[in-house]
Amino acid sequence: MNLTLKIWRQQDASTPGAMHTYQLADVSPDMSFLEMLDVLNEQLNAEGEEPIAFDSDCREGICGMCGLMINGDAHGPEVTTTCQLHMRSFSDGETITIEPWRSDAFPVIKDLVVDRSAFDRIIQQGGFISVNTGSAPEAHSVPVPKDDADRAFNVATCIGCGACVAACPNGSASLFMGAKITHLGLLPQGQPERDERVVNMVAQHDHEGFGGCTNIGECTAACPKEIPLDVISQLNKDLRTAIKHGH
Amino acid sequence: MKGARASRTTIALKLGMAISGFIFLAFVLAHMYGNLKAFGGHDAFNEYAEHLRELGEPMLPHEGALWILRVGLIASLVVHVYCAVTLWRRAARARTTKYVMKKDTGANRASLTMRWGGLTILIFLVWHLLNFTVGKVNPQGGATNDPFNLLVDTFDVWWLTLIYIVAMLALGAHLHHGIWSAAQTLGWTGTAAKRNRAKVVAFVIALIITVGFSLVPLAVLAGIITK
Repeated sequence: MNLTLKIWRQQDASTPGAMHTYQLADVSPDMSFLEMLDVLNEQLNAEGEEPIAFDSDCREGICGMCGLMINGDAHGPEVTTTCQLHMRSFSDGETITIEPWRSDAFPVIKDLVVDRSAFDRIIQQGGFISVNTGSAPEAHSVPVPKDDADRAFNVATCIGCGACVAACPNGSASLFMGAKITHLGLLPQGQPERDERVVNMVAQHDHEGFGGCTNIGECTAACPKEIPLDVISQLNKDLRTAIKHGH
Repeated sequence: MKGARASRTTIALKLGMAISGFIFLAFVLAHMYGNLKAFGGHDAFNEYAEHLRELGEPMLPHEGALWILRVGLIASLVVHVYCAVTLWRRAARARTTKYVMKKDTGANRASLTMRWGGLTILIFLVWHLLNFTVGKVNPQGGATNDPFNLLVDTFDVWWLTLIYIVAMLALGAHLHHGIWSAAQTLGWTGTAAKRNRAKVVAFVIALIITVGFSLVPLAVLAGIITK
């Protein structure tokens, strides 16, 4: 495959960036998208140009590091992470536009790398349960209905990649928050801190500069883990309940 | 977060939009029902209009119920517009660098035109009140104190009917996304089945309102409703 790549280049957070065009020949359809970028970087190295900075870690779709905006879709045309996307999803001679996540809460560090620490700060506000340390309690001592356990597990698959924010026309992180709120809200261990959790997480979300949700649905379409829109309904319901409880 | 308050969050703003939106929805449904009285002829329509003024008498003063409704609607409008503007500005600040290329994968047209559609409806509202309530402008120079004749004289003019039809299409699109979105904001759509049901209900209500409001102007233009 021969490709034309239009890629965002930016020296650092304070320098304005621009789109650059590169030609890449002999790309195998079996390569992953990141391997294709590796090949491009080898070519750039050989030409004495600085390679393109992009994030990746596990390369097996479970860590959430490798988010890229590819041809206007977060993580590209398939429902998966960028690292699990393969070049067979593209055609020979195609022009591919590659940009970093665009959100003022995710500032660009360099080229395609963004700083997603805002997600960590939201999780630090309540995306956990507080228990005393010590030996692990017997797992069967707190029964959980099977349906709740399954649903909690499904929404806990969120890897915090930020595709929901990147795809959202409002730049909202509601799907990310909703996944965590729903996950912990379904389980008995999540109940004691339920009200404070939702209020603090949403307050931090707003403080970071993410937008408000208008239920458009771009987030769930972009989510590589297929987190459903229901979690945002649950998030809203938990916040409404917190208001009722006087928070 | 220290001092975090649930009522100061973006979700509280969305709740404000949802509740005021549902008040508007109840109003437009009642308004549409009143309009359809025009098919009953001159006397039936005017009697209904007059009865609105007498509603609640003698417990309430003349036009008392009407003013309670007006105050409620104005309060809803203030809340709806304030929340919308605040959320719109937040969204604009959340992404100051736009994408070179961005596809709409999960969105429908109605959901992406909520803000401009809302603005269209607001401009239409001003026009509509000048036409029928505050100004009572009869484009054909006839009597303005006769609601039925004012209605017929207005919609007999093709471009006035056209303005109304366009506005009702904007309202339909706004409700198509707005009703389901409000249900989601209120936390009523916690499963895929409930979400799909809310979307169907929203579409059906939006369709009923757009068609219901468009029937009278079109019937006047077609000569079915005459003085």
